[in-house]
Amino acid sequence: MEYAQSKKELLSAVNQTVELLQNNKTLTTGILLFLFISIMAIMAPLVSPNDPAEMHFQERFSPPSLSFPLGTDQYGRCIFSRVVYGAQTSFFISIISTLIVVPVGILVGMCAGYFRKFDALLMRLTDILLAFPSIVLAIAIVGVVGSTPAGIILALSIPGWAKYARIIRGSTLSIKNSGFVEAARALGAPDRYILFRHVLPNSYGSIIEIATLGLGAKIIAISGLGFLGLGIQPPTPELGDILKDGLNFLQTAPMVALSSSGMIMLFVLATNLIGSELRSITDPRSDNLEF
Amino acid sequence: MIRNIILNRLLQMIPVMIGISLLTFVIISLSPGDPAEITLRATLGTENPPKEAVAKLHEEMGLDDPWYVSYLKWASRAVHGDLGYSYQTKRSTIEEIAHALPTTFKLACLSMFFSVIIAIPLGIAAALKPNGFVDHLCRLSSVVSLSSPDFFIAIVFMLVGGVYLGIFPVAGTGGINYFILPALTLSIGLIAVTMRLMRTNLIETLEQDYIKTARAKGLSYRVVVQRHALKNALIPVLIYIGTQFGWLFGGAVTIESIFALPGLGKLLVNSVSSMDIMVVQGCMLTFAIIIVLINLGVDIIHLYLDPALRGQVD
Repeated sequence: MEYAQSKKELLSAVNQTVELLQNNKTLTTGILLFLFISIMAIMAPLVSPNDPAEMHFQERFSPPSLSFPLGTDQYGRCIFSRVVYGAQTSFFISIISTLIVVPVGILVGMCAGYFRKFDALLMRLTDILLAFPSIVLAIAIVGVVGSTPAGIILALSIPGWAKYARIIRGSTLSIKNSGFVEAARALGAPDRYILFRHVLPNSYGSIIEIATLGLGAKIIAISGLGFLGLGIQPPTPELGDILKDGLNFLQTAPMVALSSSGMIMLFVLATNLIGSELRSITDPRSDNLEF
Repeated sequence: MIRNIILNRLLQMIPVMIGISLLTFVIISLSPGDPAEITLRATLGTENPPKEAVAKLHEEMGLDDPWYVSYLKWASRAVHGDLGYSYQTKRSTIEEIAHALPTTFKLACLSMFFSVIIAIPLGIAAALKPNGFVDHLCRLSSVVSLSSPDFFIAIVFMLVGGVYLGIFPVAGTGGINYFILPALTLSIGLIAVTMRLMRTNLIETLEQDYIKTARAKGLSYRVVVQRHALKNALIPVLIYIGTQFGWLFGGAVTIESIFALPGLGKLLVNSVSSMDIMVVQGCMLTFAIIIVLINLGVDIIHLYLDPALRGQVD
C-alpha cells in the first residue's frame, strides 16, 4: 500500500518535471548544456583524442585537423584535450567545494534563524567573513596552504558558506513563523523534527538555486586564481592557466585563449540559466539576475 | 531614535573588527617566513641580519609567546600603524598601501560612475517598453556578461579598445586614460544587475495606484514618469549601487593585475606570489576595513532615506 502510494507520488513528480521542462525552454537549455559539459568533463580520458601533456614539437600552432580538433598550442599540445581536462579539474573542484559549503551554510543558517540565542553570534561570524572580498581571502589562503586542489577547495570553502548561511537564515525566519510550524510545535514536535521535516524541505527550492549559481561563481573563482598564476599549477591543465598562456599568442593562435574562455563561459552560462530560471519559478516576482 | 540605531551598528562593528584582525592574524601566522627576520632585513638593510638581533626582536614581537599574547602584541602594533615591512621593497607596509590605495579608489569610483550612466538609462528604456528591442538587448547582454569571467571581458576590451581601435592605453599608469578600460571592465557585472533592478523597479512603480491617479488627473505620461515614477524607482537602485561599492574593490583584484594598474589588488597578488607576508596582512586588513566602513556608510544613508527602516533596530 505504502509502496503503491510512493510510486504514485514519484510518477506525478516525474510528470510535473517533464511538463515543466517542456514549457520552460531556458531551463531545459541550461540543464542540457550543464549535462553535456559535466559528462565531457567526467569522461575526459575518453573524450579527448590526445594526451593533454604530450608535446608534438613538429606541429606547434597547427590549425584544427582530424587528429587535433582545435589545433595545437605553443608546445604542440592538443588544445581540445587540454580544455577538456581543464574543465574536469574545474568541475571536480567546484562540485566538491559546493558540497562542503552548501550543507555548512544550511546548518548554520537554520540554527541562526531558528534558535535566537545563536543568531547574534553566528551572524557576526558571517559579517567577519563577508567583510573580505571572497577573492582576497581565497588568494591569501592559497598563498598560505599552497596551490594544490585541496588548498583551492579550502580557499573557496572557508569564505563561501557565509553567504548561504545568510540566505537560509532569512528563509528559516519566515518559515518559522508560518502556521504549519506553529501547529507542529503545538502538537509537541521537537525542534529537530521541525527543522528537518518542515524548515529544510521548504527551503529546497532556494537551496538548489543558490547551489547552482554558486557552482558557476566557483568555476569563475577557480579559473580566476589560475589566471593570476595562483591556481592549480602546470603541467595539470587548468582553464584559467590555459587562458593566461593563450594571451601571449592572441594574434597568432587565438584558439588557445578562445577555447578556454569559451569553455568557462559555457559552464557558467549553464549554471546561471538553471539558477535564475529556478529562482523565477520559486519566486515569480523576482526578475533580478543577482548572483 | 536614529542615533540609537547608528550607535548600535557601531557597537556591532567592534566584534567584527576583532574577528577580522584575528582571521588575518591566523592566516598570516600559518604562513612560512619569520616576521622578525623580514623586519630586520628591511630596517638594517642587510640580507643576513645577525642571529642575536633576530632572536631579540623575535622575543620582543612575542612570536614565541602563546598565540593570544602574540595576537595582542601584533594587534597593538597594528593599531599604532606598524604593520611591518615588505621584504621586497624594504618599505613599510603602510607606505606600500598608502601608495596603492588611491589607484584602487579611483578605479572603483570611475566604474561606479560608468555603472550609473550606462545602467540607469538602459534600465529605464527597457522598463518603458517591456519586451521591446532595448529590453531584449538588455536581457541578452546581462546574461552573457554575468556568465563571462571578468578577466575574459578585460581581454575583449583590451583587444577592441586598445589594439584594434587604438583609443585607450592597454596597460600601465598615467592619466585618466589608463583607467577607462579597467573601469569599464569592472563595471560590466554591476551594470548587468543594476539594469535589471532599474527595469523591475520602474515597472513595479508604474503599476502603483498613485501613478494611475496622476494619469487620471490628466498629467501626460512623460510627466508622470519623470516626476513621480522615476524618483521612487531610483532610490532602491542607487542604494543597491552603494552597497556594491565595496564589491568593486574585490573585483579590482583581478582587473588591476590584468591591466597592470599599481593598486591594492595588484599589490596583494604580487605579495602573495612572492610570499611577502607582512604586505599580505596589510592588504587583507585594508580591504576588510574599507568594506566594513562602506557598508556602514550605506546603511546610515539608507536609514535617512527610508523612514520605514527606523522602526526596527536589528
